[in-house]
Amino acid sequence: MLFLMAAGLTLVFGIMNLVNLAHGSLYMVGAYLATAAVTRTGSFLAAVVFALLGTLAIGMLMEVLALRTLYERDHLDQVLATFGLILFFNEAVAIVWGRAALFTAVPSALSGHIQVLPGIRYPAYRAVIIVVGLLVALLLYVVVTRTRLGMLIRAGASNRTMVGALGVNIRLLYTVVFGFGAALAALGGLMAGPIYTVLPGMGEEILIQVFVVIVIGGIGSIRGALAGAVVVGMVDTLGRAFLRPMLSTIIGPSAADNAGPALASMLIYILMAAVLYFRPQGLFPALRG
Amino acid sequence: MRSRARVLTLLAGLLALGLVPLVAALTQQPFYLDLFRRIMIFAIAAVSLDLILGFGGMVSFGHAAYLGIGAYAVAIPAFYGIHSGLVQWPLAMVLSGLAALAIGAVSLRTSGVSFIMITLAFAQMLYYLGISINAWGADDGMRLARRSQFGGVLDLTNGYVFYYVVFGLLLTLLWLGNRLVHARFGVVIRAARSNEPRMRAIGFSTFRYKLAAFGIAGAIGGLAGALLTNQTEYLTPSYMHWTRSGEIMVMVILGGIGTLYGPVLGAVAFLLLEDVLSAWTVHWQVVLGPLLVLVVLYARRGLWGLLPEARRADG
Amino acid sequence: MPTAEPLLAVRGLIKRFGGLVATDGIDLDVAEGETLAVIGPNGAGKTTLIGQLSGDLPPDAGSIRFAGVDVTALPAPARSQRGLARSFQITSIFREFTALDNVALAVQAHAGHSFRFWTPAFTERALREPARATLERVGLGARADVVAGTLAHGEQRQLEIAMALATRPRLLLLDEPVAGMGADESQRMVRLLRELRGQHTIVLVEHDMDVVWALADRIAVMVYGRVIACGTPEAIRANAEVRRAYLGEEVPA
Repeated sequence: MLFLMAAGLTLVFGIMNLVNLAHGSLYMVGAYLATAAVTRTGSFLAAVVFALLGTLAIGMLMEVLALRTLYERDHLDQVLATFGLILFFNEAVAIVWGRAALFTAVPSALSGHIQVLPGIRYPAYRAVIIVVGLLVALLLYVVVTRTRLGMLIRAGASNRTMVGALGVNIRLLYTVVFGFGAALAALGGLMAGPIYTVLPGMGEEILIQVFVVIVIGGIGSIRGALAGAVVVGMVDTLGRAFLRPMLSTIIGPSAADNAGPALASMLIYILMAAVLYFRPQGLFPALRG
Repeated sequence: MRSRARVLTLLAGLLALGLVPLVAALTQQPFYLDLFRRIMIFAIAAVSLDLILGFGGMVSFGHAAYLGIGAYAVAIPAFYGIHSGLVQWPLAMVLSGLAALAIGAVSLRTSGVSFIMITLAFAQMLYYLGISINAWGADDGMRLARRSQFGGVLDLTNGYVFYYVVFGLLLTLLWLGNRLVHARFGVVIRAARSNEPRMRAIGFSTFRYKLAAFGIAGAIGGLAGALLTNQTEYLTPSYMHWTRSGEIMVMVILGGIGTLYGPVLGAVAFLLLEDVLSAWTVHWQVVLGPLLVLVVLYARRGLWGLLPEARRADG
Repeated sequence: MPTAEPLLAVRGLIKRFGGLVATDGIDLDVAEGETLAVIGPNGAGKTTLIGQLSGDLPPDAGSIRFAGVDVTALPAPARSQRGLARSFQITSIFREFTALDNVALAVQAHAGHSFRFWTPAFTERALREPARATLERVGLGARADVVAGTLAHGEQRQLEIAMALATRPRLLLLDEPVAGMGADESQRMVRLLRELRGQHTIVLVEHDMDVVWALADRIAVMVYGRVIACGTPEAIRANAEVRRAYLGEEVPA
């Protein structure tokens, strides 16, 4: 899941050099739209479609209205402006749906468990998320490296003015790329709905983690996003599972109860610090032209 | 570089701030005391951020973390019965300064977007730390047992005294800050923002200076945090939440980035706006968000920037 | 000027970018007081060489000795402190500061540490006076109080030199000092550099052959990352390999 978000964000940043804090907001909007659709129609499929299209539309609108002028500006301006967007979306969502958390159920078709290995059962829904993530990774890889569109994207990343001079409509290209990113965020959001709570501000929770993923993996590279997401996910899960038992053997169970979860959540940040210290460009930095 | 208009505005503004307690007493509205004290505390935080953000070009999105550390440095000793401000406040500054040095040592190895994201992530890490420690209130926060005590010399429970303490600190900060940005150290920081490769080519090891600036800004942020928790007599980890950092950053930008005095204006504007808008609707952030976007897009230089600049002085 | 050891000794300098070898085993000696010009077609690796000499690019292999000390591992600020100054091909100055402030900064870098928080820096006479003197030396004395970003292009290039000079260097690395200059400005720059010749050791990368002939004691010719010839201007003019390499370019007569 982290991968989906990370890929979208890194695309937008790597290609268009735009820091978009509001990416998390798109995730949130996706989740809300999906939830709303499910409660209205009872069909998960409809929810998927609605959420994707709706978020895409909102994302495009965002791009056209607010973000266009930001491409030229420095990162600070982008950070601030998109921060403003976050405030707006968080509040807008609260106005429409209230501040209480919304719950969606996992679609019944996917709510069981599947046998991954003999004896090990894994929640089907989460397995689906992983599969979707991998499919998207594959899709992105194919698009970016094999298609004309992908080539244009990569060229635009290296040299925007040149590509523009060659007659390609850069603005449209950017809007399309941004749309891609928004769709990925929406996908992440709508799938996240059933497992995480849907709240105003949920975008920011995951956004930080996504940043960590991107930094660890290397900014601007999809491969990095994948690697980073995997690494972070593993460290996080293993950390939570094993840290407390490990600690309790050293400092006693009650202290471990206290410090364990704290350290576990800090683990990925410590990891990030370590990566930054030893290899500031990340694990798989994108080669810029 | 300062024009008449700016100097006058500055003096008038500071004078006005100084007179607030008088107005509050006359109109029997202690609320003003609270409001403007709060504004000044955030002004201190904003000015400290401006040092690294405006002058040094280091976009630290984790500044609220230092306020949090400073706040805890007051609240935790108080919890254990240590109420002396002479212990708490220096402790606040030292701890947050050290944290800033530690975070800076790692973060300053990157630049640009990575730097922004890293500082954000570290701040959030501290936030999670704060939430998880049950002994100190976890995410419900903790109350401040008593305001910092200064051995009978200064009684912070007296709203007026407290006000002038904060006022004095703000003035001192502005004065010292002014000297700092024009001194060798400040010049290095500003020039590094302008053209870092050039700085290195002429022989400056810029890293150590930026790190020092980062530490100084963090320490002052810690002081602001100590003041803040005294103000509210309460403290939660949400003081360290990154949206808080964002708000402080907004104050700096709104007021005028890199101007030292602008952030004071920014804090005034932001908090007054917050006050006015939230009386109007609970959903005031819906207005604030787009407003911020507009300011960033079209009024980049902030309020201070709207005042006419002097023509460049000779010599 | 016979000296026991060359001021700058480069051995086997290699730098790769992915699959491309930008400098491929460069050997160079620069004696104290001489002016060495490095020329070569575009893409020959000249800028990469300068980057490695100044400390901005760490070499993948090879060594650099400056004033008898191995500086290969030293970062750019440390090299500057030892007397190695550079100017940039694409003008790199502090645009918001005045010309005087720009140079004063360079002086400040070598005038003790800058952890001083109280006294305004640019009122320090110890900084202003040498700065003004250096500006006079390069011919910008009258423009000292002009904001650097508003100076004419040629003046900005002069400022580049001034900043390098203000660090009291033993060796000047000049990366295309007359880049983008018109004829008059170039001539002014050449006159200035001529004056500097005796007092400083200079390594000069240039495309403009007039400048090279006017200033160089020796010339090194780089092609595809290697030095194919190094010698006096006459020797280089007569060198067949050099002529071949420059075929199609501005042929040195």
